[in-house]
Amino acid sequence: MSAPAPSMFSPAAQAMIAKLGLNKGRANLEEFAATLQELAERDHHIIAVTSDSRGSGKLGPFGKALPQQIVEVGIAEQNLVGIAAGLAAAGKKSFGVSPACFLTARALEQIKNDICYSDVPATVVGISAGVSYGALGSTHHSLHDLAALRAIVNITILVPADNFETREAIRAAAASEHPVYVRFGKAAMYDLHGSNTRFEVGKAITLREGTDVAFIATGETVIHCLLAAEKLAEEGLSARVVSMHTVKPLDEQAILAAGRDCRALVTAEEHSVHGGLGEACAAVLMQAGVTVPLKIVGIPDEDTVTGSQADIFRHYGLSMEGLSQAALEQLKRAESLV
Amino acid sequence: MTDQQLQLKSIQYRQKLLRYITEAGAGHTGGSLSCVDILNVLYNRVMNVSPENFDHPDRDRYIQSKGHSVEALYVVLADKGFYPEAELKTLCQYQSPFVGHPTRKVPGIEMNTGALGHGLPICVGLALAGKMDNAQHRVFTLLGDGELAEGSNWEAAMSAAHYKLENLTAILDHNTLQITGHTRDVCSNEPVDEKFASFGWHVVSVDGHDLTALTKVLTAKPIPGKPTMVIANTVKGRGVSFMENVVSWHHGVPSPEQYEAAQAELIQKQSALSEVR
Ligand SMILES: Cc1ncc(C[n+]2csc(CCOP(=O)(O)OP(=O)(O)O)c2C)c(N)n1
Ligand SMILES: [Mg+2]
Repeated sequence: MSAPAPSMFSPAAQAMIAKLGLNKGRANLEEFAATLQELAERDHHIIAVTSDSRGSGKLGPFGKALPQQIVEVGIAEQNLVGIAAGLAAAGKKSFGVSPACFLTARALEQIKNDICYSDVPATVVGISAGVSYGALGSTHHSLHDLAALRAIVNITILVPADNFETREAIRAAAASEHPVYVRFGKAAMYDLHGSNTRFEVGKAITLREGTDVAFIATGETVIHCLLAAEKLAEEGLSARVVSMHTVKPLDEQAILAAGRDCRALVTAEEHSVHGGLGEACAAVLMQAGVTVPLKIVGIPDEDTVTGSQADIFRHYGLSMEGLSQAALEQLKRAESLV
Repeated sequence: MTDQQLQLKSIQYRQKLLRYITEAGAGHTGGSLSCVDILNVLYNRVMNVSPENFDHPDRDRYIQSKGHSVEALYVVLADKGFYPEAELKTLCQYQSPFVGHPTRKVPGIEMNTGALGHGLPICVGLALAGKMDNAQHRVFTLLGDGELAEGSNWEAAMSAAHYKLENLTAILDHNTLQITGHTRDVCSNEPVDEKFASFGWHVVSVDGHDLTALTKVLTAKPIPGKPTMVIANTVKGRGVSFMENVVSWHHGVPSPEQYEAAQAELIQKQSALSEVR
């Protein structure tokens, strides 16, 4: 009886996925939960902390397998982050797991002071990030988290685009001696990387080389940029796609290279256009004196439209069609500037 | 309105909220069913609020702190005439004003909620303003019992007693369940009555599905100088046998078969009620 969920991809985008032969993986959320459990089975200092979010975090199996390594605090995100900080200060590797919207807004001061300022090895895991919660509305969206956390010292921000990046991000977080924020969604993701791709915190991964336009994207928007790049290729344009899985510290070299090699740039993020990846890239380029037409595609500063994650992506042009159009517009601007 | 008419409304509200949740394919079923009798009494027996007086400063205020049970609120507001019920067909759809948590885009809603632990502090502000203005209206909020783990509730509980806000009534939807399981296993808040009493509140307990008892408690004259906490003992999923006290119905959406079975049960309750008449 319920309406079928609208697809994240238009028929044309689906055809492009088929043409590229992309394999559909699972939700980054599931990849996270499985990876964390794998690590925790080997390292009993890994402790998950949840706030009535065990189910949403897919940590049911973790809780069953490792009941001594999970702490439930009830619906109390500030308490969660404080407890995670305390655990970390006492030598545990804590992973605070709760919806990104609540963790990074409600408990921002605990993240800032208890985890980051004291610089303890706690990881804040923002699940169902961005607009993953769709029509549940703005209380449940996290469009501010990258902006807020970018302004806080000592924390590394990881926004994985697919299962591989998620797995690697969680491993890196477990190995880190400093604060880490990882955020991802709950929709199934396509695999974007070949088997010999290397993941390194702070080093962007170039998914596709190109010299006309470059897409610099993060998280669940990367696939749409890849499809847009392929669409542009069909039109004779050469488009680069960079997965900026580490939003802090930024891979400035990759941004500058894109700005120097290409005639136009488009950034994409499941975040407000204020204070996120796009503005971070702009700051890097401007300060290095690299001027290139740039479009920041994200969620604009307005009441977010009601709808599923797919509706919202489409509405704001986070789609193959929207992103290729944005690239063409920037290339046109580049021409008029010559 | 007679008790029987009110009882009929409770059944109809349940039918409607199940319909719109099922059609939308999303919603918080269990908590809407546990609080709908409270909303019925508040809007039809207690509060002075209607589409006609909604911009009048003297209207009573209701803030739904457990915002996720928005479907119950949406059907009650439609019944009160704030908008045509047919508009609820757009619940959670692209570009709809009917977001999956209370929003001021919808007529009749005072404040946007959905992140838990916000309603009580907001109500302290509303009640304080009422006192500053010597206003006579009352302020109500509905809290979930799992929600009480949010520390902001206890900060506001202290403020409400400190400022002697007898114009503030909080209602606890005490269904003893949250997402993960029983509240006593997740993060116990018991004895919740003693906690609020020790914070300086007037505390009363009531059967949260007994419309007559709810009416009595909610229309009683407040105790001077004390905010009131009404602990409404409820059953999550109340009214549909297979949803009652089942954790997974927190945000479970009925399948077509479950939907039919639920409606059949409610229709039966409706005819039993008219036979009594
Ligand atoms: C700040 C915040 N944290 C987490 C959530 C997610 N959430 C929505 S409903 C819910 C459980 C609520 O349980 P309870 O308060 O007992 O409500 P009820 O049983 O009446 O549905 C949770 C954790 C939220 N909406 N807000
Ligand atoms: Mg409850």
